[in-house]
Amino acid sequence: MIAIGGVAVAVNTTDSAFFALLQERYSGFVDDAAAAEFEFDIDLRRPVGLQPDAPVQVTCRDGRWYMQRGDFQAELEPASGRGRIRQTANPYSIDAVLRITHSLLLARHGGFLLHSASAVRNGKAFLFAGVSGAGKTTIARLAPRDATLLTDEISYVRKSGEVYQAFGTPFAGELAKLGENVSAPVSAVYLLAQGDTNRVEPVGEADAGRGVLANLLFFAEEPDMVHKAFEAACDFVKCVPVYRLTFVPDQRVWELIG
Amino acid sequence: MYIARSSRIAARKLGEEMLVMSGLDSTLFTLNATATILWQAADGETPLQQIVERRICGEFDVAQPEALRDAEMLAETLARHGILVVSDRPIAGAASSKA
Repeated sequence: MIAIGGVAVAVNTTDSAFFALLQERYSGFVDDAAAAEFEFDIDLRRPVGLQPDAPVQVTCRDGRWYMQRGDFQAELEPASGRGRIRQTANPYSIDAVLRITHSLLLARHGGFLLHSASAVRNGKAFLFAGVSGAGKTTIARLAPRDATLLTDEISYVRKSGEVYQAFGTPFAGELAKLGENVSAPVSAVYLLAQGDTNRVEPVGEADAGRGVLANLLFFAEEPDMVHKAFEAACDFVKCVPVYRLTFVPDQRVWELIG
Repeated sequence: MYIARSSRIAARKLGEEMLVMSGLDSTLFTLNATATILWQAADGETPLQQIVERRICGEFDVAQPEALRDAEMLAETLARHGILVVSDRPIAGAASSKA
Protein backbone atom coordinates (compact mmCIF):
# COMPACT_ATOMS: atom_id res chain seq x y z
CA MET A 1 0.00 0.00 0.00
CA ILE A 2 1.56 3.31 -1.10
CA ALA A 3 0.00 6.18 0.83
CA ILE A 4 0.63 9.71 -0.44
CA GLY A 5 -1.31 12.72 0.75
CA GLY A 6 -3.40 10.49 2.95
CA VAL A 7 -4.58 8.47 -0.05
CA ALA A 8 -3.57 4.81 -0.12
CA VAL A 9 -3.10 3.00 -3.40
CA ALA A 10 -2.63 -0.76 -3.30
CA VAL A 11 -0.30 -2.21 -5.89
CA ASN A 12 -0.53 -5.96 -6.46
CA THR A 13 2.19 -7.98 -8.14
CA THR A 14 3.09 -11.65 -8.05
CA ASP A 15 6.73 -10.87 -8.87
CA SER A 16 8.65 -10.91 -5.59
CA ALA A 17 11.66 -9.04 -6.99
CA PHE A 18 9.46 -6.22 -8.32
CA PHE A 19 7.55 -6.15 -5.05
CA ALA A 20 10.82 -5.74 -3.13
CA LEU A 21 11.85 -2.96 -5.51
CA LEU A 22 8.60 -1.11 -4.84
CA GLN A 23 8.92 -1.57 -1.09
CA GLU A 24 12.36 0.03 -1.21
CA ARG A 25 11.48 2.76 -3.70
CA TYR A 26 8.48 3.98 -1.69
CA SER A 27 9.81 3.29 1.79
CA GLY A 28 8.44 5.92 4.14
CA PHE A 29 5.22 5.91 2.15
CA VAL A 30 4.37 2.23 2.52
CA ASP A 31 1.47 1.73 4.91
CA ASP A 32 0.00 -1.75 4.81
CA ALA A 33 -2.49 -0.87 7.51
CA ALA A 34 -4.13 1.87 5.44
CA ALA A 35 -7.42 1.28 3.65
CA ALA A 36 -6.84 1.39 -0.08
CA GLU A 37 -8.77 3.95 -2.04
CA PHE A 38 -7.50 2.50 -5.32
CA GLU A 39 -6.04 -0.86 -6.20
CA PHE A 40 -3.94 -1.72 -9.23
CA ASP A 41 -2.98 -5.17 -10.46
CA ILE A 42 0.34 -5.07 -12.24
CA ASP A 43 0.95 -7.22 -15.29
CA LEU A 44 4.71 -7.27 -15.85
CA ARG A 45 4.74 -7.49 -19.59
CA ARG A 46 5.81 -4.97 -22.18
CA PRO A 47 2.83 -2.91 -23.40
CA VAL A 48 1.80 -3.57 -26.98
CA GLY A 49 1.08 -1.25 -29.82
CA LEU A 50 2.95 1.74 -28.37
CA GLN A 51 5.96 3.64 -29.64
CA PRO A 52 8.69 3.54 -26.94
CA ASP A 53 8.87 7.33 -26.79
CA ALA A 54 5.13 7.97 -27.00
CA PRO A 55 4.09 10.85 -24.70
CA VAL A 56 1.68 10.38 -21.84
CA GLN A 57 -2.00 10.28 -22.73
CA VAL A 58 -4.88 10.26 -20.28
CA THR A 59 -8.43 9.90 -21.52
CA CYS A 60 -11.80 9.08 -20.03
CA ARG A 61 -14.27 6.72 -21.70
CA ASP A 62 -17.38 5.13 -20.27
CA GLY A 63 -16.41 6.10 -16.73
CA ARG A 64 -12.93 4.57 -16.94
CA TRP A 65 -9.62 6.35 -17.04
CA TYR A 66 -7.08 5.18 -19.62
CA MET A 67 -3.45 6.17 -19.12
CA GLN A 68 -0.59 5.32 -21.40
CA ARG A 69 2.92 6.28 -22.30
CA GLY A 70 5.58 4.48 -24.30
CA ASP A 71 6.42 2.32 -21.28
CA PHE A 72 3.01 1.49 -19.76
CA GLN A 73 -0.69 1.08 -20.32
CA ALA A 74 -3.06 1.47 -17.41
CA GLU A 75 -6.74 1.77 -16.75
CA LEU A 76 -8.69 2.67 -13.68
CA GLU A 77 -12.38 2.58 -12.85
CA PRO A 78 -12.87 5.33 -10.27
CA ALA A 79 -16.26 4.01 -9.17
CA SER A 80 -14.85 0.68 -7.98
CA GLY A 81 -11.31 1.95 -7.35
CA ARG A 82 -9.92 -1.00 -9.34
CA GLY A 83 -7.43 -0.81 -12.13
CA ARG A 84 -4.59 -2.57 -13.87
CA ILE A 85 -1.21 -1.60 -15.23
CA ARG A 86 0.75 -3.30 -17.96
CA GLN A 87 4.42 -2.43 -17.78
CA THR A 88 7.89 -3.90 -17.55
CA ALA A 89 9.70 -4.01 -14.17
CA ASN A 90 10.51 -0.33 -14.52
CA PRO A 91 9.76 1.70 -11.39
CA TYR A 92 9.41 4.91 -13.44
CA SER A 93 6.29 3.46 -15.03
CA ILE A 94 4.44 2.85 -11.76
CA ASP A 95 5.72 6.25 -10.61
CA ALA A 96 3.98 7.91 -13.55
CA VAL A 97 0.75 5.99 -12.96
CA LEU A 98 0.73 7.08 -9.33
CA ARG A 99 1.29 10.72 -10.28
CA ILE A 100 -1.49 10.62 -12.85
CA THR A 101 -3.90 8.87 -10.48
CA HIS A 102 -3.26 11.34 -7.69
CA SER A 103 -3.56 14.32 -10.03
CA LEU A 104 -6.98 13.11 -11.17
CA LEU A 105 -8.12 12.49 -7.61
CA LEU A 106 -6.83 15.83 -6.36
CA ALA A 107 -8.54 17.76 -9.17
CA ARG A 108 -11.91 16.41 -8.06
CA HIS A 109 -11.40 17.96 -4.63
CA GLY A 110 -9.71 21.27 -5.40
CA GLY A 111 -6.11 20.07 -5.04
CA PHE A 112 -3.27 19.48 -7.48
CA LEU A 113 0.29 18.38 -8.10
CA LEU A 114 2.72 21.21 -8.75
CA HIS A 115 6.17 21.20 -10.32
CA SER A 116 7.81 22.59 -7.22
CA ALA A 117 10.03 21.79 -4.29
CA SER A 118 8.40 22.17 -0.91
CA ALA A 119 9.51 22.19 2.70
CA VAL A 120 8.06 22.68 6.14
CA ARG A 121 9.54 25.26 8.47
CA ASN A 122 8.04 26.44 11.74
CA GLY A 123 4.95 24.35 11.08
CA LYS A 124 4.27 25.98 7.71
CA ALA A 125 4.78 24.65 4.21
CA PHE A 126 6.48 26.68 1.50
CA LEU A 127 6.42 25.78 -2.18
CA PHE A 128 9.13 26.73 -4.67
CA ALA A 129 7.81 26.45 -8.18
CA GLY A 130 9.58 26.44 -11.50
CA VAL A 131 10.38 24.39 -14.56
CA SER A 132 13.50 22.29 -14.91
CA GLY A 133 16.55 24.41 -14.21
CA ALA A 134 14.70 27.08 -12.24
CA GLY A 135 16.36 26.06 -8.98
CA LYS A 136 13.95 23.70 -7.23
CA THR A 137 16.61 21.17 -6.31
CA THR A 138 19.06 23.96 -5.44
CA ILE A 139 16.59 25.51 -2.99
CA ALA A 140 15.98 22.05 -1.51
CA ARG A 141 19.72 21.39 -1.14
CA LEU A 142 20.21 24.73 0.60
CA ALA A 143 17.45 24.10 3.14
CA PRO A 144 18.63 24.55 6.74
CA ARG A 145 18.46 21.80 9.34
CA ASP A 146 15.22 23.14 10.82
CA ALA A 147 13.39 22.71 7.50
CA THR A 148 11.80 19.38 6.60
CA LEU A 149 11.89 18.59 2.91
CA LEU A 150 8.61 17.40 1.40
CA THR A 151 9.96 17.06 -2.14
CA ASP A 152 12.45 18.63 -4.51
CA GLU A 153 10.33 18.01 -7.61
CA ILE A 154 6.57 17.44 -7.31
CA SER A 155 4.50 18.97 -4.52
CA TYR A 156 1.21 17.52 -3.39
CA VAL A 157 -1.41 20.09 -2.42
CA ARG A 158 -4.71 19.01 -1.01
CA LYS A 159 -7.63 21.24 -0.05
CA SER A 160 -9.22 20.60 3.30
CA GLY A 161 -12.05 23.05 3.97
CA GLU A 162 -10.50 26.45 3.35
CA VAL A 163 -6.96 25.28 4.14
CA TYR A 164 -4.45 24.03 1.59
CA GLN A 165 -2.18 21.34 2.97
CA ALA A 166 1.13 20.28 1.38
CA PHE A 167 2.22 16.67 1.76
CA GLY A 168 5.56 14.96 1.35
CA THR A 169 5.91 12.78 -1.72
CA PRO A 170 8.23 10.04 -2.94
CA PHE A 171 8.51 11.84 -6.29
CA ALA A 172 12.13 12.90 -6.27
CA GLY A 173 14.04 15.04 -8.73
CA GLU A 174 17.79 15.42 -9.03
CA LEU A 175 18.14 15.18 -5.28
CA ALA A 176 17.19 11.51 -5.68
CA LYS A 177 15.82 11.52 -2.19
CA LEU A 178 12.28 10.82 -1.04
CA GLY A 179 10.51 13.56 0.82
CA GLU A 180 9.44 13.19 4.42
CA ASN A 181 5.97 11.76 4.84
CA VAL A 182 4.58 14.72 6.75
CA SER A 183 2.30 17.64 5.94
CA ALA A 184 1.66 21.25 6.86
CA PRO A 185 -0.62 24.10 5.79
CA VAL A 186 0.71 26.01 2.78
CA SER A 187 1.87 29.44 3.85
CA ALA A 188 3.27 30.76 0.55
CA VAL A 189 4.33 29.86 -2.96
CA TYR A 190 7.55 31.23 -4.42
CA LEU A 191 8.03 31.44 -8.18
CA LEU A 192 11.75 30.88 -8.63
CA ALA A 193 14.14 33.09 -10.54
CA GLN A 194 17.92 33.06 -10.28
CA GLY A 195 19.76 36.33 -9.93
CA ASP A 196 22.58 38.19 -8.26
CA THR A 197 20.64 39.14 -5.16
CA ASN A 198 18.10 37.57 -2.82
CA ARG A 199 14.74 39.26 -2.87
CA VAL A 200 11.07 38.46 -2.47
CA GLU A 201 8.46 40.41 -4.41
CA PRO A 202 4.70 39.96 -4.15
CA VAL A 203 3.04 38.84 -7.34
CA GLY A 204 -0.37 40.03 -8.54
CA GLU A 205 -3.24 37.59 -8.82
CA ALA A 206 -3.04 37.21 -12.58
CA ASP A 207 0.70 36.54 -12.54
CA ALA A 208 0.18 34.20 -9.58
CA GLY A 209 -2.44 32.29 -11.53
CA ARG A 210 -0.22 32.07 -14.59
CA GLY A 211 2.74 30.99 -12.44
CA VAL A 212 0.81 28.18 -10.77
CA LEU A 213 -0.90 27.05 -13.97
CA ALA A 214 2.43 26.96 -15.82
CA ASN A 215 3.74 24.52 -13.22
CA LEU A 216 0.62 22.43 -12.73
CA LEU A 217 0.97 18.74 -13.43
CA PHE A 218 -2.13 17.66 -15.22
CA PHE A 219 -2.43 15.09 -17.93
CA ALA A 220 -6.08 14.47 -18.74
CA GLU A 221 -7.33 15.42 -22.20
CA GLU A 222 -10.86 15.78 -20.98
CA PRO A 223 -12.47 19.25 -20.77
CA ASP A 224 -14.33 18.64 -17.52
CA MET A 225 -11.18 17.54 -15.70
CA VAL A 226 -9.13 20.36 -17.21
CA HIS A 227 -11.81 22.72 -15.96
CA LYS A 228 -11.52 21.29 -12.44
CA ALA A 229 -7.72 21.59 -12.42
CA PHE A 230 -7.93 25.17 -13.69
CA GLU A 231 -10.48 26.16 -11.05
CA ALA A 232 -8.37 24.50 -8.35
CA ALA A 233 -5.34 26.60 -9.31
CA CYS A 234 -7.37 29.85 -9.51
CA ASP A 235 -9.03 29.22 -6.14
CA PHE A 236 -5.63 28.47 -4.65
CA VAL A 237 -4.01 31.78 -5.66
CA LYS A 238 -6.93 33.66 -4.16
CA CYS A 239 -6.17 32.07 -0.79
CA VAL A 240 -2.40 31.60 -0.68
CA PRO A 241 0.10 34.44 -1.25
CA VAL A 242 2.43 34.01 -4.20
CA TYR A 243 5.80 35.73 -4.48
CA ARG A 244 8.64 35.88 -6.93
CA LEU A 245 11.81 34.71 -5.25
CA THR A 246 15.00 35.81 -6.93
CA PHE A 247 17.94 34.14 -5.28
CA VAL A 248 21.61 33.59 -5.23
CA PRO A 249 22.37 29.89 -4.85
CA ASP A 250 23.60 29.98 -1.28
CA GLN A 251 22.01 29.41 2.11
CA ARG A 252 21.27 33.09 2.77
CA VAL A 253 18.12 32.76 0.66
CA TRP A 254 16.52 30.78 3.47
CA GLU A 255 16.73 33.85 5.71
CA LEU A 256 13.79 35.13 3.66
CA ILE A 257 11.70 31.99 4.10
CA GLY A 258 9.51 31.07 7.06
CA MET B 1 -21.39 38.20 -36.83
CA TYR B 2 -22.42 36.58 -33.58
CA ILE B 3 -20.03 35.30 -30.94
CA ALA B 4 -20.43 32.92 -28.02
CA ARG B 5 -18.09 31.61 -25.36
CA SER B 6 -16.95 28.11 -26.07
CA SER B 7 -18.19 25.47 -23.63
CA ARG B 8 -14.88 23.61 -23.85
CA ILE B 9 -12.88 26.13 -21.89
CA ALA B 10 -12.31 27.23 -18.31
CA ALA B 11 -12.06 30.94 -17.53
CA ARG B 12 -11.51 33.13 -14.52
CA LYS B 13 -10.80 36.79 -13.96
CA LEU B 14 -7.76 37.15 -11.71
CA GLY B 15 -6.91 40.69 -10.78
CA GLU B 16 -7.76 42.71 -13.86
CA GLU B 17 -6.96 39.96 -16.35
CA MET B 18 -9.06 37.19 -17.85
CA LEU B 19 -7.33 33.83 -17.97
CA VAL B 20 -8.81 31.24 -20.28
CA MET B 21 -7.69 27.64 -20.61
CA SER B 22 -8.61 25.38 -23.49
CA GLY B 23 -10.27 22.20 -22.28
CA LEU B 24 -8.95 20.38 -25.30
CA ASP B 25 -5.21 20.91 -24.96
CA SER B 26 -4.79 22.96 -21.73
CA THR B 27 -3.33 25.93 -23.62
CA LEU B 28 -3.59 29.01 -21.42
CA PHE B 29 -4.55 32.41 -22.83
CA THR B 30 -4.62 35.82 -21.21
CA LEU B 31 -7.17 38.16 -22.75
CA ASN B 32 -6.37 41.83 -23.03
CA ALA B 33 -8.95 44.46 -22.09
CA THR B 34 -10.70 44.46 -25.47
CA ALA B 35 -10.75 40.69 -25.71
CA THR B 36 -12.14 40.50 -22.17
CA ILE B 37 -15.01 42.80 -23.11
CA LEU B 38 -15.81 40.66 -26.15
CA TRP B 39 -15.53 37.52 -24.08
CA GLN B 40 -17.87 38.72 -21.35
CA ALA B 41 -20.42 40.01 -23.88
CA ALA B 42 -20.31 36.88 -26.06
CA ASP B 43 -23.79 35.52 -25.32
CA GLY B 44 -24.49 34.17 -28.79
CA GLU B 45 -27.46 36.54 -29.17
CA THR B 46 -26.04 40.05 -29.32
CA PRO B 47 -24.56 40.94 -32.70
CA LEU B 48 -20.87 41.77 -32.57
CA GLN B 49 -21.61 45.17 -34.11
CA GLN B 50 -23.83 46.02 -31.16
CA ILE B 51 -21.21 44.82 -28.66
CA VAL B 52 -18.63 47.03 -30.32
CA GLU B 53 -20.92 50.08 -30.41
CA ARG B 54 -22.06 49.77 -26.83
CA ARG B 55 -19.04 48.38 -25.04
CA ILE B 56 -15.89 49.20 -27.00
CA CYS B 57 -16.27 52.47 -28.92
CA GLY B 58 -17.13 54.48 -25.85
CA GLU B 59 -14.65 52.72 -23.59
CA PHE B 60 -11.67 53.19 -25.88
CA ASP B 61 -12.74 56.25 -27.87
CA VAL B 62 -12.37 54.57 -31.24
CA ALA B 63 -14.38 54.94 -34.43
CA GLN B 64 -16.97 52.25 -35.02
CA PRO B 65 -15.85 50.92 -38.43
CA GLU B 66 -12.26 50.47 -37.27
CA ALA B 67 -13.32 49.01 -33.94
CA LEU B 68 -15.66 46.53 -35.63
CA ARG B 69 -13.01 45.44 -38.09
CA ASP B 70 -10.54 44.86 -35.23
CA ALA B 71 -13.18 43.06 -33.17
CA GLU B 72 -14.01 40.72 -36.06
CA MET B 73 -10.35 39.84 -36.49
CA LEU B 74 -9.95 39.31 -32.75
CA ALA B 75 -13.06 37.12 -32.62
CA GLU B 76 -11.77 34.99 -35.47
CA THR B 77 -8.41 34.61 -33.75
CA LEU B 78 -10.08 33.53 -30.53
CA ALA B 79 -12.29 31.14 -32.49
CA ARG B 80 -9.23 29.54 -34.09
CA HIS B 81 -7.96 28.81 -30.58
CA GLY B 82 -11.30 27.30 -29.59
CA ILE B 83 -12.15 30.04 -27.09
CA LEU B 84 -15.05 31.59 -28.96
CA VAL B 85 -17.63 30.27 -31.34
CA VAL B 86 -18.32 32.55 -34.30
CA SER B 87 -21.37 32.46 -36.56
CA ASP B 88 -23.23 34.65 -39.00
CA ARG B 89 -26.47 33.91 -37.16
CA PRO B 90 -27.45 33.72 -33.47
CA ILE B 91 -25.86 30.78 -31.68
CA ALA B 92 -28.37 28.58 -29.90
CA GLY B 93 -27.46 27.10 -26.53
CA ALA B 94 -24.55 29.47 -26.04
CA ALA B 95 -22.61 29.16 -22.76
CA SER B 96 -24.74 31.21 -20.43
CA SER B 97 -22.62 31.35 -17.30
CA LYS B 98 -21.01 34.71 -16.69
CA ALA B 99 -17.30 34.45 -17.01
